[in-house]
Amino acid sequence: MPKSKPTKIGEVIEASTGQFVAECYELHAPPPLGSLVKTSDGDVQIYGVVCNAATESIEPNRRPIARGRDEAAEENIYRQHPQLSRLLRTTFDTLVVGHCKGEATSPLHYLPPRPPRVHSFVYICEQDEVCRFTQSLDFLPLLLSARAGTVDEIVAACLRQASCAHDDQRAFLVRSGKELAILLGAELNRLNAILRRIRL
Amino acid sequence: MNEATPRGNRLGIVVGGSLTKGMEVKLDSATPIEEMAVGRYVVIEGQKSRFFGMITDVTLGATNPQLAITPPDVSDPFIAEVIAGTSTYGSIHVVPMLTISGDAVSLLEGPQPVKTVPAHFSVVREASEQDVKTVFGEEDEKHFYVGTPLDMETRVCLNIPEFVKRSNGVFGKSGTGKTFFTRLLLIGMVQKKAAANLIFDMHNEYGWEGTSEGGRSVKGLKQLFPSQIAVFALDEESARRRKVSTDCIVEIGYDEIEPEDIELLKDTLNLTQPAIEAVYQLARNFGEQRWLEGFFKLGGGEETKDLLDRLSIHESSYRNLRRGLERLRRLPFLVHQARENSVQRILEYLDRGMNVVLEFGRYTDVTAYVLVANILTRRIYEKYRERKEAAMGEKKAEPYPLVITIEEAHKFLNPEVAGQTIFGAIAREMRKYNVTLLVIDQRPSGIDDEVMSQLGTKVAYLLDNEKDIDSVLMGVSGKTELKTVLAKLEAKQQALIFGHALPMPVVVKTREYGSAESYKEFGFRDAAEFKKKAEKDLQELF
Repeated sequence: MPKSKPTKIGEVIEASTGQFVAECYELHAPPPLGSLVKTSDGDVQIYGVVCNAATESIEPNRRPIARGRDEAAEENIYRQHPQLSRLLRTTFDTLVVGHCKGEATSPLHYLPPRPPRVHSFVYICEQDEVCRFTQSLDFLPLLLSARAGTVDEIVAACLRQASCAHDDQRAFLVRSGKELAILLGAELNRLNAILRRIRL
Repeated sequence: MNEATPRGNRLGIVVGGSLTKGMEVKLDSATPIEEMAVGRYVVIEGQKSRFFGMITDVTLGATNPQLAITPPDVSDPFIAEVIAGTSTYGSIHVVPMLTISGDAVSLLEGPQPVKTVPAHFSVVREASEQDVKTVFGEEDEKHFYVGTPLDMETRVCLNIPEFVKRSNGVFGKSGTGKTFFTRLLLIGMVQKKAAANLIFDMHNEYGWEGTSEGGRSVKGLKQLFPSQIAVFALDEESARRRKVSTDCIVEIGYDEIEPEDIELLKDTLNLTQPAIEAVYQLARNFGEQRWLEGFFKLGGGEETKDLLDRLSIHESSYRNLRRGLERLRRLPFLVHQARENSVQRILEYLDRGMNVVLEFGRYTDVTAYVLVANILTRRIYEKYRERKEAAMGEKKAEPYPLVITIEEAHKFLNPEVAGQTIFGAIAREMRKYNVTLLVIDQRPSGIDDEVMSQLGTKVAYLLDNEKDIDSVLMGVSGKTELKTVLAKLEAKQQALIFGHALPMPVVVKTREYGSAESYKEFGFRDAAEFKKKAEKDLQELF
């Protein structure tokens, strides 16, 4: 398979072993919720699932103010105030779900030895890489145990996203569903909620 | 493990259990639970050997009890597919019966009884045709094909020489197929020449012709094996009307009836205990062989009264006995003096290895049956015992094994009389004298426990009375499991066979009987075929 060139979307601005925060190069263009992104720590590739995104002022003490009272279209605001795109930024949070040592080795679905370095580039994973990473569903326990409030939403979004990378979308979702049914055997309501979100 | 063996489909894995209670097997999510029928065979692949077992129960399980309270939305096929086999699952209960090891010794000796259990998570598969063949053998000079296991084409075979070594029983409700199966067993014994048979044929079903449930007539033994079967009849007229060619007409002289025979008829003749005592008194007075004759000669005069006083027989007992014995006198085959010794004739045939069917004709009432069967059997048994003892002493040839078939067996073997009748003795002492029984009954609970426990191989058709089921399964390991199997048999042609002549219990759909092909398989050729063969032989000769 010819290897497509990965799309660089931002860089890490805050990192810990279990999660990292990245800033997007484009305002208002974070990767979709649940999508798989990767960054690196030297030759270790670190994979993460997007679990949150936010756009805010670069200066925490200066909140944006409403400017569009007299404008007919939203785009006009940015056109009238070109400094806005410099004063605002979009960031996204990711949960680390695995890593990979070197290019050729298969992905390992557990936490990397070290967190990514700040200013490491963040790439969005291409379909074939998503497919390769989600061949095994061993990353689901990491996701399910995350402390983020909407973890079930993230899991559902992640599986929906990943299913698009597989040829047999339904078979992948059934396989994931069965894995979830085993992991969430004691939490029937959570299981049902996720299953309802991932059915085709 | 023999890799060449074609394997059955994978069903699931062992998740628990014990040797005594059987194994718990969790089914794979892909295994459709509705195809798991009780009584089917599975093979558990242990690390060193394969365990051959039978499904005895099918259950549904859920990992979370809450599932039962708030069931998921299974109308959505996706959710239904996800839940099946994970949160909810099917499981089967398997009783391991035999082990098939791969090493050379066990290959020679065949399957062995289980003494251990397979490890956790051993794979469970459907038994393949080859597995069933390994266990039940193939039809040969010893094995006789009796039926097929449920949903399989393989043949289940009985080891006939082993079968005749002990007394056996066929049980089941009326109309389930007892007679058909008995006929099959008899054919098996005749075909394999394992024993001579004496059949007390109460309803004229075995000798010349029988009838199937649909009223169609089927060939009896004499038609299939004319040279090996002799038909004796009690009722000459009935035999002639049915156009049965009989070999001998049986008559019984008064002198052949002994007090024990009357004791056995106590219930059917409605006799009181003092009346039975009186019979023994009379026998002491007139002699064992002349007492009945003497009794019938007694008039109502003074002489009789004196005799009764002398023997201290009460008047009422005498009247009771008189009423009962008059019923015997009305049986036409009972005569003052028999024209020929029936026992001797029967023995002659049996000695030649022939099989004797005694047809009762119109005398289908129990009195005649019990009386004749008991008298003849006692004599024959005595002769066999003498010969066996002679054989032991002088190293003579042992008597040819004899199997006596009786119907309505509870009349002979109920707890009150089993101790006294010759049948009770045969069933208990069994094979010592080379005489065994094949008992056929619809109320096995009416048969003495001691006798039931001595039966080697039992064939059980559908039984629904709790007591009957218990008595048939008495002393069998895995009784509770077999009980479920027995109660779930179909009403016809399905039987649970277990015991000595089979390596493990098996539910079979009994072999077809009654069609031209089925006769052919037993080695029967009709006249046209004989003619064709004769012509062919002639052509080849010249």
